[in-house]
Amino acid sequence: MASRNTIVAHVEDRPGVLARVASLFRRRGFNIESLTVGHCEEPGLSRMTIVVDGDDHQVDQVCRQLFKLIDVVSVEDITYTPMVDRELALIKVSASNFNRREVLDVVEVFRADVVDVHADALIVQVLGDEGKVSAAEKMFEQFGILEMVRTGRVAMRRGPETTKPPAISDSQQAAAAIRAMLGRRPEGALPFASD
Amino acid sequence: MRLTGARILMECLRAEGVDVFFGYPGGVVLPLYNTLGEYPDIKHVLVRHEQAAAHAADGYARVAGRTGVCLATSGPGATNLVTGITTAYMDSVPMVVLTGNVARDLIGRDGFQEADITGITLPITKHNYLLMRASEIAPAVKEAFHIASTGRKGPVLVDIPKDVFVEEAEWDGYPQGVSLRGYPIMDVPREDEVDHAAATINAASKPIIIAGHGVVQSEAQDELIQFAERADSPVLTTLLGISGMPEDHELSYGFLGMHGHYYANMAADQADVVIGIGMRFDDRAMGRFSDFNPSAKIVHIDIDPAEIGKNFVTHAPVNGDVKETLSRLLPQIEQQSHPEWRGEIDQIMADHPTDYIEEGTGLGGPWLVKALAESTQGQATIVTGVGQHQMWGAQYYPYTRARQWVTSGGLGTMGYEVPAAMGAQFAQQEPIWSICGDGGFQMTSQELQTVADHNLPVRFAIFNNGFLGMVRQWQELFYEHNYHSVDLGQPDFVKLAEAYGVRGIRATTRAEAMQVFREIEHYDGPVVIDFQLEREENVWPMVPAGAALSETIESAEEV
Repeated sequence: MASRNTIVAHVEDRPGVLARVASLFRRRGFNIESLTVGHCEEPGLSRMTIVVDGDDHQVDQVCRQLFKLIDVVSVEDITYTPMVDRELALIKVSASNFNRREVLDVVEVFRADVVDVHADALIVQVLGDEGKVSAAEKMFEQFGILEMVRTGRVAMRRGPETTKPPAISDSQQAAAAIRAMLGRRPEGALPFASD
Repeated sequence: MRLTGARILMECLRAEGVDVFFGYPGGVVLPLYNTLGEYPDIKHVLVRHEQAAAHAADGYARVAGRTGVCLATSGPGATNLVTGITTAYMDSVPMVVLTGNVARDLIGRDGFQEADITGITLPITKHNYLLMRASEIAPAVKEAFHIASTGRKGPVLVDIPKDVFVEEAEWDGYPQGVSLRGYPIMDVPREDEVDHAAATINAASKPIIIAGHGVVQSEAQDELIQFAERADSPVLTTLLGISGMPEDHELSYGFLGMHGHYYANMAADQADVVIGIGMRFDDRAMGRFSDFNPSAKIVHIDIDPAEIGKNFVTHAPVNGDVKETLSRLLPQIEQQSHPEWRGEIDQIMADHPTDYIEEGTGLGGPWLVKALAESTQGQATIVTGVGQHQMWGAQYYPYTRARQWVTSGGLGTMGYEVPAAMGAQFAQQEPIWSICGDGGFQMTSQELQTVADHNLPVRFAIFNNGFLGMVRQWQELFYEHNYHSVDLGQPDFVKLAEAYGVRGIRATTRAEAMQVFREIEHYDGPVVIDFQLEREENVWPMVPAGAALSETIESAEEV
């Protein structure tokens, strides 16, 4: 499934980094489905979760090109890794005295939260993977969606394994770590060998 | 010690060993120019257009094997550099580009002569900086030179606002090292990749090496020769790889591509293992991707991990520096012997030589390059523009020494020939030969003044056929002879040269050309030679646009 490709990148928290990444995607003609960026466990770095449309080869190219940016410290394609992925949506649903109960039933089914109430509308906060958020969106459409925002995917590997950038000091180790990440499936196989 | 930003920048250039840089002043860089007099060891060459500053730094870098430096003011000065920066970026040439910008409080407010040059150059630099404090200059310049000259080389731009040049900061010497976490040096290849490549090469029966600019850039000519001899593999080069393999070596079979040698294209197409070294499988070199030798296994050695697998499915990728990788690969290659395979290519070469020299007394491109080669004993450093003259220069001059060939390959920048040759002349004593098109020469001929200022012994050989020759060739072959906007009016190049105080000579016959070569052999100043060529000569062989290498044609009848 195309939109399953999830790339995690750590970038230096500097002005212009987002422009560099965006410029790269535009220049190379890569299709981004979503890109989220925010703080991570290490001060001075930001973590990007990028959802890309494309086949394995294209996604591998995305990772390789991303890594060429000096401000990009690490890139990892975690598509084939067990992971937790989440998205948050705020959906403003049309709701009046006549149908508010029905709307709330749907909210409950999706274990969503009502975060704002007005005589004519509710804001529902839905949290889950994209499938769940999309399903909720579809259910709320029957009442009338006045406004909606989805954050795009954030993701993290399951278990004790982490997607962490290599340490600062050792250039050799960093190169090895980056190569291990780039375009290689979890089994460590070379991606292009035809035999 | 506290120094102004301008002085800090100059101290940095001195610490980097910069002996020459190319620039053009303007409002916001005046504080910098105000200090230049105190740094007489760093020669500033005043060009006549900023584009020339960038090309000159590029030409200097390619011949010297060191990082070129250029400088421009904000706004139009900076934007004029763009073609030169892109040229260097496409061909991976190490360059540090310095620009001034408007004062900090005007940035983003459309101040006079403000251009967002860091934004503009995002996709055409390896990295760039906008410095908002004088204290950032030293570390940024250190990083800029480091990034430009390591890994896959390329241009790095440093943009400095006017008041940052004036601001003082503490100077306690040039930084010793850099801390760039997102930029590890990837020179040393993975062992498993080297093993896999070696096994693939050892199993080949018809290997072919395609050597690119990376061989020249990493100074790996010796390693390449040893590797080729051990693998007994014929060596082709890309257009930019020319001079990376001495052409008088028995394993050298010229360059491949759109106007590469027929036998080179066939060899690439018929090999069972294609070994790309420091090259990027460009469309002009490989022809139509989908029909490039589908049965070949591809070994690809390159410093840039993003090049591996970009255009072709790679069987054995090796990410590493060319010199480093070849020296690790060599011990694993068993001595091979492929006389039958080389015999096949030799036969194709005998049947299809690149020898399109016509009888007669008039000047033709191939004849002229050969005559130039003879009169310079094949030892000249050749710089070219883009077009027919470039292809003849690639085909007919016997390059044996690395960095002997300088051309704009990736971007194909007309007008490169004049300023690049000028910059290159600062890297060597012996005269640079600039093979110019009459179109390209007119794009940047104002630099004759700079050449004259410094009495540089560049020989500008204008291959003057009065046409934009390559475009004309395409209109003839693929647009039913419908010539439009290719018949080029031009000045009297001899008088033009003389107007700049440069020696100008015209030659219209072979006898006159030979006379010119003799006449200027010991002349130590600049010369412009207007070689008047036959007007409608074509470059052969040719791979038509969109065709495969196997569809190389050798005459107009085959179109």
